[in-house]
Amino acid sequence: MPPSDALPHAVVVAKDFLAPKVTRYVISAPDIARRRRPGQFVIVRLHEGGERIPLTIADGDPAKGTITLIVQEVGKSTAEMAHLIRAGDSFADVVGPLGMPTHIGKFGRILAVGGGIGVAPLHPIAQGMHKAGNHVVGILGARTKDLLIMEEEMRRACDSVRIVTDDGSYGEKGLVTDAIRAETEASGKADLCVAIGPLIMMRETAKVTAMLGIKTLVSLNPVMVDGTGMCGGCRVTVNGESKFVCVDGPEFDGHGVDFDELLRRQRFYVPQERSTYETFLREHDHEPKDCKLRRMEAAATDKDSP
Amino acid sequence: MTTNNERPASPATPPIELPEHGEPKISNKDRMAIPRQPIAEQPAAERVNNFFEVALGYDQKTARIEALRCIQCKKPLCIDGCPVGINIPGFIKKIAEGDFEAGIGILKQDNVLPAICGRVCPQEEQCEKVCTVGKKNPPVAIGRLERFLADWERETGKMTPIVPAASTGKKVAIVGAGPAGLTAAADLARLGHDVTIFEALHRPGGVLVYGIPEFRLPKKIVEIEVNMLKKAGVKLHNSVVIGQTIPVEELRDTYDAIFVATGAGLPYFMNIPGENLNGIYSANEYLTRVNLMRAYDFPSADTPVAKSENVAVIGGGNVAMDSARTAKRLGAKNVYNVYRRTRVEMPARLEEIHHAEEEGIQFTFLHNPIRYEGDKDGRVKKAICQVMKLGEPDASGRRRPVPTDEVLELDVDTVVVAIGNGPNPLVPRTTEGLKTKKWGNILAERSSGRTSLKGVWAGGDIVLGAATVILAMGAGRAAARSIQQYLTTGEWPEPTLDS
Ligand SMILES: Cc1cc2nc3c(=O)[nH]c(=O)nc-3n(C[C@H](O)[C@H](O)[C@H](O)COP(=O)(O)OP(=O)(O)OC[C@H]3O[C@@H](n4cnc5c(N)ncnc54)[C@H](O)[C@@H]3O)c2cc1C
Ligand SMILES: Cc1cc2nc3c(=O)[nH]c(=O)nc-3n(C[C@H](O)[C@H](O)[C@H](O)COP(=O)(O)OP(=O)(O)OC[C@H]3O[C@@H](n4cnc5c(N)ncnc54)[C@H](O)[C@@H]3O)c2cc1C
Ligand code: SF4
Ligand code: SF4
Ligand code: FES
Repeated sequence: MPPSDALPHAVVVAKDFLAPKVTRYVISAPDIARRRRPGQFVIVRLHEGGERIPLTIADGDPAKGTITLIVQEVGKSTAEMAHLIRAGDSFADVVGPLGMPTHIGKFGRILAVGGGIGVAPLHPIAQGMHKAGNHVVGILGARTKDLLIMEEEMRRACDSVRIVTDDGSYGEKGLVTDAIRAETEASGKADLCVAIGPLIMMRETAKVTAMLGIKTLVSLNPVMVDGTGMCGGCRVTVNGESKFVCVDGPEFDGHGVDFDELLRRQRFYVPQERSTYETFLREHDHEPKDCKLRRMEAAATDKDSP
Repeated sequence: MTTNNERPASPATPPIELPEHGEPKISNKDRMAIPRQPIAEQPAAERVNNFFEVALGYDQKTARIEALRCIQCKKPLCIDGCPVGINIPGFIKKIAEGDFEAGIGILKQDNVLPAICGRVCPQEEQCEKVCTVGKKNPPVAIGRLERFLADWERETGKMTPIVPAASTGKKVAIVGAGPAGLTAAADLARLGHDVTIFEALHRPGGVLVYGIPEFRLPKKIVEIEVNMLKKAGVKLHNSVVIGQTIPVEELRDTYDAIFVATGAGLPYFMNIPGENLNGIYSANEYLTRVNLMRAYDFPSADTPVAKSENVAVIGGGNVAMDSARTAKRLGAKNVYNVYRRTRVEMPARLEEIHHAEEEGIQFTFLHNPIRYEGDKDGRVKKAICQVMKLGEPDASGRRRPVPTDEVLELDVDTVVVAIGNGPNPLVPRTTEGLKTKKWGNILAERSSGRTSLKGVWAGGDIVLGAATVILAMGAGRAAARSIQQYLTTGEWPEPTLDS
């Protein structure tokens, strides 16, 4: 197929709020929708002067030419997205699909472990693995019931699902590592584990699966700039070697990743970025869906346009 | 060491009456008596606090006087020294005569980006190195004269638009909007082809916008060149990564010819202990954050960069000088340049080394980092450097640095590693049948840029390894010529791929 002339024009086709601080965006990006495979990501820039933020492609529709992103608000850029971007707006750029796709193959019984919004990028992998003929067991963890996302979609993609919450408000009370142990006791050692979520969750999962002897893939999220292998800012140590997550990953052997180094590197800009986030929140001390600023601006421009 | 250095103070310029048109009557002896004209610069103490351009350029009178220094050699060696063979005495004569319009015309026959080359070419290694005047006196300031003409053209609004020939109906894709890609696009658009550039980043220009800092090459200049291309009908798609968004194979279905000019954008590290500590950057990351993402303007721009007191920059090339001078401008108190050889062997342009010295960069020659130590939060706090001495010359002819038992501990909170870049792997990795060298550079015929894949050309840093702007430009021109030949004849003779 020829490349379309309407290259990623990055219009937000739909936006909805999934859980506290978690928003879903459907974005038109025909070339990306056509090419993307599970495990890949895009880099988004909201506006001139904006950061380049990496976000996993949670879903895609090649026919409609759209991709879906599920974004957790953690700092200024993701907060701006939640508050100020409405359906109909465009991002300055959306580039991708970046990174290597997940190797989808026939492994046997697979544990698909998702923590928090990690469930979103896990979903296409679970789907792909299921389609390839694997028996997929979903293990979904969240701090509390409200923060659990995409349960229905995961139930459809998996052969069975276990749910755990830290506070016991839904499913079993406990951590995903507890569920991995319980599942192993009940059905024996799985052939592969794919874990996506907060770094600490992936680190702990890798510790447990190492003990259980289950090969484990994790999807890493270091700070990135270009996402094309040009800056080296995304480097992590895997099995003693330095790797660039944006071109060599984002998936790696969980048992070889130096998680503590990555945690440290992720936190490097926190002091600087915290103040910009706090400034933003001071000006927007309400739920994102109640944000009027963008709406008033939009009303004003609507009136101006013929 | 060349003598291309007007510091300390050069002798006074003798009084010369410049007629409005034409050259003044002047003997060769008098020409020889004119000292190389200095270029106006922002004073060091001022410029370390801003990102504005350091060198301010010649005014018309100074340019004409400098041009009089050229003795119009019968055998102009300077032309052989220029990788694209510019008619140097030709354009210089026009400057001396005050006919700048004719001068820029001559210059642009061979160099489509003179405002850029005049600023960043390593002239002392090329045209000026072999200039006849340079045998006894400082050579003619060819680069500055080139820049003068280009700036005159731009500032007087006399830039000649690219006028495309009648449409040929042929489609050409260019991958990468660095100097190689932009040059090829200009030439191919002029020939009437339908040209589309795909660029991975959100801004075109390649190293010219993400690497080389504003204080050496204002982004505005690159922007104007890109706008000229757009006006000539060249389509530019930013934020498209060929190999990821669209594979080369798919481009081949739609385009009659493809030119791959993806550059050497893969930073090398030294793989020494502690190199992944916080505050240790590749030069590419450091410069990209500051130039492309405007981190100097944080929090107005959203991308941050480390706040630093003491910075070590590792390496001795232009990239290292740019990083060191950037660190200074971001407010670092001490910026050390750590280089394993001596000043004589530094590959950086002489002018950049002078500027760095003036700006207070502290050169730590004959040192090589062997490990880094961090504080409790994982931020680098020490660079442990081995003291080196110079041994026998190596393959490059430069004396090889040999380690000694001594070490130096530098207290630093930021390190910028500027030891070189390799070829960007995305296109070779995803393109079957595209032959590469061992380190991933695409194999292409030197004279034409043709690769092992029919209808695919490559040039610039992706072929040459990290080289220069003018060589990338030259490669873009050569590829455009070869593409034109292919599009008109349909012939694809087997290319000679030197490995
Ligand atoms: C391959 C990859 C896929 C990702 N997928 C998703 C996703 O699907 N959904 C989602 O919500 N988030 C995802 N992230 C994380 C997301 O990119 C960051 O949360 C976002 O950049 C934070 O921007 P901010 O300005 O809101 O916060 P900031 O104030 O910039 O930072 C807040 C926190 O986010 C981390 N962070 C900052 N900048 C980056 C960056 N450029 N890359 C990664 N982390 C950063 C910092 O460590 C910090 O702890 C992904 C990251 C990577 C690398
Ligand atoms: C900091 C620095 C300072 C320098 N200083 C000088 C100097 O003073 N003088 C000098 O002569 N030279 C200098 N150089 C070298 C010079 O800049 C390069 O030799 C020149 O830019 C090479 O041009 P190019 O067009 O081959 O590649 P680049 O300028 O690297 O451009 C390649 C472009 O291709 C894009 N790209 C890569 N992969 C893809 C893909 N898959 N799909 C789409 N687009 C892609 C990149 O984003 C980039 O924009 C310097 C280099 C650096 C890094
Ligand atoms: S392009 Fe470079 S080498 Fe050629 S004349 Fe100009 S400055 Fe000299
Ligand atoms: S070699 Fe020097 S003096 Fe001779 S023509 Fe060239 S610039 Fe002029
Ligand atoms: S983000 Fe720059 S190399 Fe990976």
